[in-house]
Amino acid sequence: MKTTQILLAGFGGQGVLFAGKFLAYKGLVQDKQVSWLPSYGPEMRGGTANCSVIISDTPVGSPIITNPDVLVAMNLPSLQKFVNDVVPGGVIVLDSTLIGAKVDREDVKVCYVPATQMAKDAGFATLANMILTGKVLKEAPCVDFADNKGTLEAFIPAKKAGLIDVNCKALQMGYDF
Amino acid sequence: MAVVFEKPKALTDAVLHYCPGCPHGIIHRLVAEAIDELGIEGKTIGVAPVGCAVMAYDYFACDMIEAAHGRAPAVATGIKRCRPDNIVFTYQGDGDLASIGMAETVHSAARNENITVIFVNNAIYGMTGGQMAPTSLPGQVTQTSPYGRDVKHCGWPIKVSEMLSTLEGPEYIARVAVNNVKNVKNAKKAIKKAFQNQIEGKGFSLVEVVSACPTNWGMTPQKALEWVESDMLPYYPIGVYKDRTAAKEAE
Amino acid sequence: MAERVLMKGNEAIAEAAIRAGCRHYFGYPITPQTEIAAYMAKKMPKIGGVFLQAESEVASINMVYGAAATGCRVMTSSSSPGISLKAEGLSYIAGSDIPALVVNVQRGGPGLGGIQPSQSDYFQATKGGGHGDYRMIVLAPASVQEMASLTIKGFNLADKYLMTSMILADGTIGQMMEPISFEDAEIEVYEKPWALTGTEGKRKHNVVNSLYLQPDKLEAKNFERFERYKIVEENEPMWEEYMMEDAEYCVVAFGIASRVAKNAVVAARAEGIKVGLIRPITLWPFPTKALRAAADQVKSFISVELSMGQMIEDVKLATECKKPVTLCNRAGGMIPSPDQVLESIRNAAKGE
Repeated sequence: MKTTQILLAGFGGQGVLFAGKFLAYKGLVQDKQVSWLPSYGPEMRGGTANCSVIISDTPVGSPIITNPDVLVAMNLPSLQKFVNDVVPGGVIVLDSTLIGAKVDREDVKVCYVPATQMAKDAGFATLANMILTGKVLKEAPCVDFADNKGTLEAFIPAKKAGLIDVNCKALQMGYDF
Repeated sequence: MAVVFEKPKALTDAVLHYCPGCPHGIIHRLVAEAIDELGIEGKTIGVAPVGCAVMAYDYFACDMIEAAHGRAPAVATGIKRCRPDNIVFTYQGDGDLASIGMAETVHSAARNENITVIFVNNAIYGMTGGQMAPTSLPGQVTQTSPYGRDVKHCGWPIKVSEMLSTLEGPEYIARVAVNNVKNVKNAKKAIKKAFQNQIEGKGFSLVEVVSACPTNWGMTPQKALEWVESDMLPYYPIGVYKDRTAAKEAE
Repeated sequence: MAERVLMKGNEAIAEAAIRAGCRHYFGYPITPQTEIAAYMAKKMPKIGGVFLQAESEVASINMVYGAAATGCRVMTSSSSPGISLKAEGLSYIAGSDIPALVVNVQRGGPGLGGIQPSQSDYFQATKGGGHGDYRMIVLAPASVQEMASLTIKGFNLADKYLMTSMILADGTIGQMMEPISFEDAEIEVYEKPWALTGTEGKRKHNVVNSLYLQPDKLEAKNFERFERYKIVEENEPMWEEYMMEDAEYCVVAFGIASRVAKNAVVAARAEGIKVGLIRPITLWPFPTKALRAAADQVKSFISVELSMGQMIEDVKLATECKKPVTLCNRAGGMIPSPDQVLESIRNAAKGE
């Protein structure tokens, strides 16, 4: 009986909602109970965006996350906003290319992943989100890492099917980091 | 015995509640005659307004619905989009169509909604007892413009036909009057055309009927008809303001 | 079981409406429900339906009124300020005794308010909103699955009782995604001899109307309508009971508040507090009997709401004030945390 609460936060356009959606679908295809809740409104237009994903063996109660087990931070304001909300023993995965600061908490595991740089070097600059997501799946194994392709196929529209392989690669890079 | 004159079939036997000398009876009859002549009563659905014609649903023999004030074109839109093979008309006064319902009027025209709108302009709110309408003339005395409509204070009357004819959308916009036999005959033609257009799927057709309100104008019926000629028609000239099909054919 | 898909709450409403046979949607954009309109705009033209963006909320509800009068299944959706504008049409639809479905994905108010989730249109939905004596069936989904199932139920109830069904959701349930499966929807079909279809020369004309200038006739219409409402109150209340068997305290919450409250109930049970939850699914008719029965069992009630306390009045009425009722709330687009609800439960257990 396990419930994992994952909060993903960053600037609008960094793919925070997409990464959350991927995690939710991952749970769905593995017969978990899931919820995905985005922030919405004017802050979506270039401001900060975040989404809450819950993956559970039992029905999800509140879809709202106040104390995440996992925080994915893609910019400094998001890290600062949520860093103290993470439960003791939780995981913080942050993009160290974009966030120079260190986390001064001893009771959480922090993964500094230079995701933006890695994505750029690999030739898919927009997929830092999926590299970080790969790391999440390694550190907080709420779902099996296997068959990311199948999951992506479940929700990426056919006309964008060409993006599936690079997404898989980005996930693998993060998982292996 | 030969019958030389009878009530149109598209009117019920209900006794009209209109004041003596009110042209609403004439206009109802013209609409009903058009429906009879086109043989469409069985598939016509009418929308009654709020205003003097509020009880028109009792007078027309076709299916009828009563709309909220000004919303008849929206209600007609809802009906027509569900039942495009039916013939849908609204019957509205000046307060209903040109004041509270102006947005619905303009947008149904802009969408070229395939409906027929009968717009009765008598320059006053009749049902509520004679208040200033969006079409009351400059200087016109009403209950709410007791010193005459002061355009500096409350603006100018709206020329609906002229305004709507600036839109790309509508098929047919015409202004007619019912103050004499000749005008009544022409009004009938325009109204019938407005229904014919809908049958042919041409789109939004509005006939503005310049009418009279002897009771609230404080005139005898005869005097009121003279006032239509002397005061109303110079401000609201009779004519066809838009006829897309005719314009295309003329090209 | 049918296949599970992930869907936003708003999209679930739209898809369910289509499955319920709705082929006509009239609306006007407003956050946070616009996904419903977008879904309809995409789908309707492909299935022979009509999506029409109206010039205003007022126009859209009056289009719904006209469409409903033809006997079609028809809907509109909006969010709080837009529902205020639709109040006119809601009253006319009620006064004409025709069925329609209206969705309110609530946001904070009053006035322009905000765009974050709220439940502060409870009074507007359950007590009127428009003028005159009338009721709407008010359904309060607490999950994406219920967004769909209650939409289908709403259409069925509207046709059955010739009244408006309102889906009273909120920004959270509208925006969130959850797995959902569309079981074979049970579409009930009702004869509509009153519908405007054209007489075809075969019957007397049908008139859809709410005007009765003779007060005795209008009174009779109202009495007749409320006889029907009585049947609805008797037959249609829906609610969920959670851990109520041995409960000494009862949390009452609907929609998103009930999801938060469930977490708090579980946490309080872990502390040894015997607390349960009653979740009204129909807000009108209110599950009065369930609440009244609970009043003989528990020591007190806690009404958890995203408002300044609106449902709490119905809780007090339903329980005939036999036990104390306290309020645990946030407003203006804020959502109570499970901890806040837990604290209220602890206070109740302490007799505070």
